[in-house]
Amino acid sequence: MDLNLVFRVVLLILLILCAVAVNLTKDLLQAVVIFMSYSAVMCLLWILMESPDLAITEAAVGAGISGILFLMTLKKVGQEEENREPEKDPDADEGEDTGA
Amino acid sequence: MSDKLQRILEGDVELLENVSDAAEVPDSPREELKQQRKEFVSRVYQRSEMERIARAEKKSFLLLYRMVAVVSCLLLIGVLLFTVANIPRYGEENPRTLEVVRRYVEQGLQETGALNIVSGMILDYRAFDTLGESHVLFTALLCVMTLLLLDKKTIRGGALDDYHRVRQDTYFDLSKDAVIRLLGTVLVPSILLFGVYVILNGQNGPGGGFSGGAIIGAGFILFATAFGFEQADRVLSRKVLSRIVFCSLAFYSFAKGYVFFTGANGLENHIPKGTPGAILSGGLILPLDIAVGLVVACTMYGFYSLFKRGNIGGDRTSSGQ
Repeated sequence: MDLNLVFRVVLLILLILCAVAVNLTKDLLQAVVIFMSYSAVMCLLWILMESPDLAITEAAVGAGISGILFLMTLKKVGQEEENREPEKDPDADEGEDTGA
Repeated sequence: MSDKLQRILEGDVELLENVSDAAEVPDSPREELKQQRKEFVSRVYQRSEMERIARAEKKSFLLLYRMVAVVSCLLLIGVLLFTVANIPRYGEENPRTLEVVRRYVEQGLQETGALNIVSGMILDYRAFDTLGESHVLFTALLCVMTLLLLDKKTIRGGALDDYHRVRQDTYFDLSKDAVIRLLGTVLVPSILLFGVYVILNGQNGPGGGFSGGAIIGAGFILFATAFGFEQADRVLSRKVLSRIVFCSLAFYSFAKGYVFFTGANGLENHIPKGTPGAILSGGLILPLDIAVGLVVACTMYGFYSLFKRGNIGGDRTSSGQ
């Protein structure tokens, strides 16, 4: 079989795997990393489809800058969650009152 | 009784309080207890009933939500697959759009002077598309600024959490890290040089304003991470950045407006095409590439800076010092 075709099919399968894995991952940091790897695979596919313009842009924006922005957002959101104090369950509190 | 009324009318407040107290005393304590128990039971029953209804409503809403989500997903997939099935196969000629494609491929080099036919298309034939994209980026930067920018007024106006967060970010600055500093020293010049090459080479090879601008923006982000925003401020402060973005967009609009105006009226536009393959060729494509690249680079750096510390550049007054 043609080596080029095999390479292309492997990359396409990897692309679908990445796209599914992003949705199924619970940890947001892992999801961001998988999303960036999706962009890297897509960049190789653009080169195979003979559009290096798009490959350059995909590498710079998809695998680089959008990943950085996602990571910054994760950091901020994580800080907010750490700062927030654990809330009491209002239903349980009232239940005690009526019981007494 | 009339004596009491008389005294109340005269203003004996103590007696008035006594009277009102007396009114609240129950007729018999047992009746009162019964009444209380009844009320309590009915209240508890009502509450549990309401909770049950609320829970059932929530459950049915979730079910409906999931069903709508699945149905809309399936519809979207169906529409996309249907459209893909209607696209002509890879490499085959499509008679409907053939005229435009043939014109672009056969006469693109003479009409635009660009070896890279894609650049000729997006910056000459369809320059308004690219202008719109640049304005979309500009608008996105404005939106992020509206949401995330911390000025003095916001900090004094009670957004103290953000203020503390900004302080925290300056404590965990990566610019003191030796590894990152070394990496920045080695990588930043080559990244910036590559970005400039991609922009300047847009009309002859793969590349152009958007990709080159994104590369330069990434280089600036690395520079700001490695050496701190104060150093990056010396090149690209907020004032400089907004001026660059405005000038680029205004230049693009005026230049392309001029070309379209003259072209639509059958006039000469006096812009030399140059020899195809040279750096100074392709008429307006190179300046437009530079303008788009500047806008994209400034936008990317602005995004990072706003996400990182709520301000573009290392302005000390706005970071709460």
